[in-house]
Amino acid sequence: MPADILLLATRKGLLTLHRANGGWRVADTAFPGVPVTSVLHDVRDGAIYAGLKHGHFGAKMHRSDDGGRAWREIAMPAFPPGAAGAPSLFQVWTLVAGGEAGELWAGAIPAGLFRSGNRGESWDFVSALWDVPARARWLGGGYDDAGIHSISPDPRDHRRVVVSISCGGVWETDDAGASWIQRGAGLFAAYAPPESANDPAIQDPHRVARCAAAPDTMWMQHHNGIFRSTDAGATWTQLELPGDDFGFAVAAHPGDPATAWFVPAIKDELRIPRDGALAVTRTRDGGRTFETLRDGLPQRDAYDLVYRHGLDVDATGTRLAMGSTTGALWTSDDAGERWTLVNAHLPPIYAVQLI
Amino acid sequence: MAQVRFTSWLRTLVPDEAIEAEGATVGDALAHVFATRPQVRGYVLDDRGALRKHVCVFADGARLPREAAMAHPIRHDSMLYVMQALSGG
Repeated sequence: MPADILLLATRKGLLTLHRANGGWRVADTAFPGVPVTSVLHDVRDGAIYAGLKHGHFGAKMHRSDDGGRAWREIAMPAFPPGAAGAPSLFQVWTLVAGGEAGELWAGAIPAGLFRSGNRGESWDFVSALWDVPARARWLGGGYDDAGIHSISPDPRDHRRVVVSISCGGVWETDDAGASWIQRGAGLFAAYAPPESANDPAIQDPHRVARCAAAPDTMWMQHHNGIFRSTDAGATWTQLELPGDDFGFAVAAHPGDPATAWFVPAIKDELRIPRDGALAVTRTRDGGRTFETLRDGLPQRDAYDLVYRHGLDVDATGTRLAMGSTTGALWTSDDAGERWTLVNAHLPPIYAVQLI
Repeated sequence: MAQVRFTSWLRTLVPDEAIEAEGATVGDALAHVFATRPQVRGYVLDDRGALRKHVCVFADGARLPREAAMAHPIRHDSMLYVMQALSGG
């Protein structure tokens, strides 16, 4: 069954949309007025987690155990006083379910990784990643500090986790975070001085997504192109696109390692759709060719940009949802062939999740 | 005892009326408030225990410099306001 609930983390709260009679309606708004920087529906127990950024009053974490009706503030990840530099945590950028019961991973700005073994009641700081010497070369990408936006446990062995950092490249642990190896061979940074372009520790992977059924296949929207890995992130190959290959979001088909979706924009200094026409690019042959999908998307005067977590595909691989910084939301029921505008008047959208 | 009032932005956590607090400094008085309302602490102080960057404290009508606010001495009848910067959209 395709997903029929949609969670939106927005600048003005967490919106829950329900699908009924062929359309989507906002059924509930939690934390009205408060920026929600990350959201996770944990399929294992139905819990929903929301990372909030109160601005003046700091980042906070909440959990709902009844489908989003009642919320409780839970423990917030924090850098311990002993952590080098011991920064204040700016925001939680991504929340991911782990493999063990109650296990969660949180990625933050600054680029701290945190693990909970008890559904967010407490958090352990993963110091081994923070302490890698290469962290001295990490830098902020769009924020003051580097941040962790993609955390990908291997479904075959949950102790193996691939973490992606803007801008700190790709890192892998095979012991649940106790030790880390820099990955990302094949990535290059066109924006860096030539002698540093191949340094894996300065790469800016904007977003990394893994095929659930074929976990060795990973897709990356990088700052300067689209890359694919078939060895679980160890090596990457850049893919040739007919049009723009800049963007932030990527969605990997859960069952087909040859299919993925991206949302292109004019690169770097502009970050808007080319000619004001929003498109989704899709490959169904492992990245050899790409289709540009426009049906149902605005084709003039559009300034929509889709952020890292703003594109999602459901477990069937047919229903997609896409939310923009302009506050527009579209869904597709046919793998992106046609899109339907749900609402063009929402707050800026940071993350979407189909459940 | 000193009186502490909080910005309406924190109304879900603290009441509108003044809260009585003991202490020789702003930091002492806030700690006194947090002792009975621990959920407020993380909204006023950051995870290092410092006054949050965009939170400011007024004592007896004067805005305190952020770096010196916590150590600022207060009287037994001081009136403190915990406010926030106004910015954003």
